[in-house]
Amino acid sequence: MTTVDGRHELDREAERLAYKPPEIRHDKQGDMGSDERINKAMHNFVKNFNTQTASYLDGCLHCGMCADACHFHVRTDDPRYTPIWKIELFKRTYKRQVGPFAFFYRLLGLKRQVTIEDLEEWQHLLYDSCTVCGRCSLVCPMGIDIAGLVSMARHGMFKAGLVPHELHEVAKKAAETGSPLGITPDKFEDRADWMADEHDVEIPMDVDEADVLAVMSSIEIQKYPQSIAATAKILNAAGESWTFRTDGFEATNFGMLSGNPEWQKAASLKLIDAAVKIGAKTLVLPECGHAYMALRWMGANMYGKPLPFKVMHISEYLADALNTGKIKVKKVDKSITYHDPCQVSRRGGATQAARDVLNHLTGDFREMPLGGDYNWCCGGGGGVVTIKRADPLRHRVFKLKMDQVEQTEADELVSSCANCRQSFDDSQQHFGWDYTMGSLMEMVAENLEEDGS
Amino acid sequence: MDLLEFAKGPALQVAAYILVAGSIWRLIGILLLKEKPDYSEPRQSAGLLAALKVIYTRSFTAAPFKAATLYPKMLAYVMHIGLFATVFLFVPHIMFFEGFLGIEWPGLPNNIIYLLGVAAVVASFALLVRRLTSPVLKLISNFDDYFSWFVTVLPLITGLMIPVRMGLRYETILAIHILSVALLMIWLPFGKLGHTFLVFVTRGTTGMVFERRGAKT
Repeated sequence: MTTVDGRHELDREAERLAYKPPEIRHDKQGDMGSDERINKAMHNFVKNFNTQTASYLDGCLHCGMCADACHFHVRTDDPRYTPIWKIELFKRTYKRQVGPFAFFYRLLGLKRQVTIEDLEEWQHLLYDSCTVCGRCSLVCPMGIDIAGLVSMARHGMFKAGLVPHELHEVAKKAAETGSPLGITPDKFEDRADWMADEHDVEIPMDVDEADVLAVMSSIEIQKYPQSIAATAKILNAAGESWTFRTDGFEATNFGMLSGNPEWQKAASLKLIDAAVKIGAKTLVLPECGHAYMALRWMGANMYGKPLPFKVMHISEYLADALNTGKIKVKKVDKSITYHDPCQVSRRGGATQAARDVLNHLTGDFREMPLGGDYNWCCGGGGGVVTIKRADPLRHRVFKLKMDQVEQTEADELVSSCANCRQSFDDSQQHFGWDYTMGSLMEMVAENLEEDGS
Repeated sequence: MDLLEFAKGPALQVAAYILVAGSIWRLIGILLLKEKPDYSEPRQSAGLLAALKVIYTRSFTAAPFKAATLYPKMLAYVMHIGLFATVFLFVPHIMFFEGFLGIEWPGLPNNIIYLLGVAAVVASFALLVRRLTSPVLKLISNFDDYFSWFVTVLPLITGLMIPVRMGLRYETILAIHILSVALLMIWLPFGKLGHTFLVFVTRGTTGMVFERRGAKT
C-alpha cells in the first residue's frame, strides 16, 4: 500500500531517461522562392550590424559554455540547443559575405553556403527553443550577448517568411488591430468600466492631460482583468494625475518578438504618441517583461530621439512609491518568493525594484536559489508560449522552474510579468502543480493601507 | 642561407608583417562599422569604465556557472598562463624582444618556464580531447578550431624540444621552433585566435551597453 504524494499527478507515462524532440513543422509566410528567402534572411540579419555585433560573430571561441547556461540544453542534452549554435547559419554567412576576411573564406570554400533546408531547421532553434532570456550571455567568456544575436537573426527570419505560424499570426493581429489578442479600444474601455464597477475604483480614461500614462498588456486585459483595477487602485492611492488612453494602451510588442522592426516601431510609437499628446511625465509599463525591453531600452531608438518622459516598469514605480511613502502597504503574514522576468531583471537592470516592494510586503521574502539575475526563465518568453508545437519542450524546461520554486518552500509565488504568469498557469495545469503564480502588483493593491495617500 | 637564418630572417619578418597588417585589417573591418546612437535614458553612466570593468570581470566565472564550467575553465587558465609565461617570461625570449624593442623585463627561472610549458601542452591536449568527445563541442567545432589549436600547441612543443634535443642539432630544432612561431603569427589575425585582441572589443562593448542599463554584466 503506497500513499501518493498529492503535490504531483501520478503520471506513469511521463518521460524517463529518453527525450523525444517535438515534431517540427516548417512554417512559411508568403510565396518567395528559396533563394529569395535565403537572401532576405541574411540581408536583414546583417543590415543593422555595428561594431558590437560584428565583434560578437567574429569573437566566438566555440568553447560551448553557453550550453550549460541554457535551460533548453540543460533539460534535453540536445547539442543543437547550444545557444551559439542557434545563430550558426548567420555567423557562417557573416564570415562568408561580410566579415573582414570574407574574400578568403569564399576563395578557400571554408564556409558552406546556407540552404533553405538549413533555415527551415533553424526556425525551431531561433523561435521554439530560445526565449531570448540572455542567461547564456552571462556565461560567455568573451562577453558575447548571444540573446541579442538571436533577436537579430529573427529579423532575418521574419523577412524571409520563416516564422512559426502561431507567433506570426499573433504578431500580425497586433499589427492590424493594435492588440495580439484582438482587443479593440472599445473592448478595453468596456473591460476597464467592468473592473471599475466590480472593484469599486475610479479608472480615468482618455483624460486630455495627465502626469502619468498607464498602459496594460492584452494578456492582462483578457486573462487577468483584475490587473486593470489593481493599477488604478495604486495610482489613485499614490495621488497621481493619471489616465489610461484608448489610443495607446497596448504594451506588448509582438513585432519585436517575431522579428519585424516595422511592426515593433509602430507599436512603440503608438504608446509614445499617446504619452506625448497628454504631456505625460512618466509612462508606467504593466507587468510585462518584453514590454519593458521594447519601450524602456528600445523605445527612444524607435522614436529617433530621447523620449520626453520617463519610462518605468510597474515594479519600479511601486518600489519608488513605497520607498518614498507615496503609498503604504500592510505586511502579509506569508512567506513569498519571486520569479524574475528576464527582460526586467537580468536584461533590463530593474532586479532590485521587486525586492524593495517585497520587503515592504512581507518580513519573509525568500530568494530562490539562483534567483535574481541568474534566474531560470519560465520557458515561455520571447514568444515561445504562443508556439503550440513548442509546448512539450517548454513543459520539459519548466521543471527547472518548479524545482527552483519548491526549494524556497514559500507560501506564495509572485512575479511581475503577465507573460510569465500565463506560462506558469499553463505549466501548472500541465503538471497539476500546486503553486499558482500571483502578481506582485495585485498583491500590493490588495494590501494598500487606506491612509497611504 | 641555412634553415635557421631563413627562420630568423625573412620567415619571422614576413610573419610579423602579416600579424600586424592582418590584425589591423580585421579590427578596422569591425571598428569602422556605423554606430547608431542610443537615445534611451541611461540608468547609470557607463562608458570606458564600464568597458574596462567587464573586460576584467569576465575573466572570472560567475558563481552560478562555476560547477558546470570548472573543468574547461581550469584547463583554459593553465593553457593561457603557460602560453603567456613561455612567450614573455622566458629569459631567451626576453633577450630576443629586447633586440628590437630596446627594453627588458625580469623573467622566470627556466625550470619554472618548462613546467608551465608542459602544463600548457597537457591542458591543450585535454581541451582537444574535450572538443573531440563532447557532443556540444563536436557539433559546433570547425576547421578553425582544430587548426588554431594546432598552430598554438606546435610552438609550445617545438620550444620544449629545444632543451631535450631528441637527437636533433640545436640549430635545426631552433629553426623549426621559430618557423612554428611564424606559422602561429601568420594565422593569428585570421581565425579564432583573433580573440587575443577581439576579447577587448566583445567584452568592452557588452560592458558599455549593459552597464548603461544597470543590467547584469
